Amino acid sequence: MTRDVFLFLSAFLASAVEMVEALTIVLAVGVTRGWRSALTGAGAALLALAALVGLLGPSISRVPIDTLRVVVGALLLVFGLQWLRKAILRASGYKPLHDEDEAYAEEREKARGASRDVRAGVDWYSFTVTFKGVFLEGLEVAFIVITFGAARTHGVALAAAAAALALLVVVVAGVLVHAPLSRVPENALKFTVGLLLTTFGTFWAAEGAGASWPGDEAALPAILAFLGLASFGAVRALHDRRDALAGGRA
Amino acid sequence: MSRLSAFARFWYDFIVGDDWRVAAGVGVAIGLTAVLSSSGWSVWWLMPLAVVATLFRSVWRAARSAAPSSMSGRSDAT
Repeated sequence: MTRDVFLFLSAFLASAVEMVEALTIVLAVGVTRGWRSALTGAGAALLALAALVGLLGPSISRVPIDTLRVVVGALLLVFGLQWLRKAILRASGYKPLHDEDEAYAEEREKARGASRDVRAGVDWYSFTVTFKGVFLEGLEVAFIVITFGAARTHGVALAAAAAALALLVVVVAGVLVHAPLSRVPENALKFTVGLLLTTFGTFWAAEGAGASWPGDEAALPAILAFLGLASFGAVRALHDRRDALAGGRA
Repeated sequence: MSRLSAFARFWYDFIVGDDWRVAAGVGVAIGLTAVLSSSGWSVWWLMPLAVVATLFRSVWRAARSAAPSSMSGRSDAT
């Protein structure tokens, strides 16, 4: 039960964050050059991602469970630590925050300047940019869905449902707001996703390598709390260092 | 060849990311856990500690090498 809640939450939040970024690209291209080709590109990318999950999801579960847990754990750890590392650096001021308004303006500028190449009724610039944007943002979500599914019975279905729900929420919000979702606290979400992926990765990698967790899956909240405290400690320490350096320069 | 290397580069960036030492740290932690647990040790505590140590080293290194210009301007995704 604990695993399922964590799994659903991780896939939902990861998908939401990535889809907010993809929405910015689709909106910028759609508003500037027309919706038909932009939406065709985005739709084709979503179909490609669904096909990837549909093909890899069932086949990966044929690998022996301990090997699978090590591989899945290692992948989730590497992904999770990447998210967490960047979120910590952003939260402590060592890396700029991702600005959806700025990204939107930049994409619109590029879309305005690009030449129009229409074939079979499709504007290929719009199609390519939105396909690439949605596919690349969604690829990590697809991998998260596949890896979760590999290490858990019905995991693919649960994680895919969470990712699809997040996509729906972001699309509805995008249609209602008709602007980039710049007020979404992206770094806080990325911090949370990083913590959840790293928690799962730690749990599965250790289990797959032969360790036994005290209390089995009841250890998950404890790992999450430990990693959360350590991460907030890192943000605090980096903040202090930055303040000390700024004070030294003044 | 350039397409092949671009393809390989994409997957390297996608999986390993900005700091290869993080992936290496994860590999070492898993290996150590496997070796010690096969010798009969109870090593559930090793992985969380190794993960935090790897994370701290990585963010500290990034912070130390961050030039003032990298603290402003548009960020990349994720």
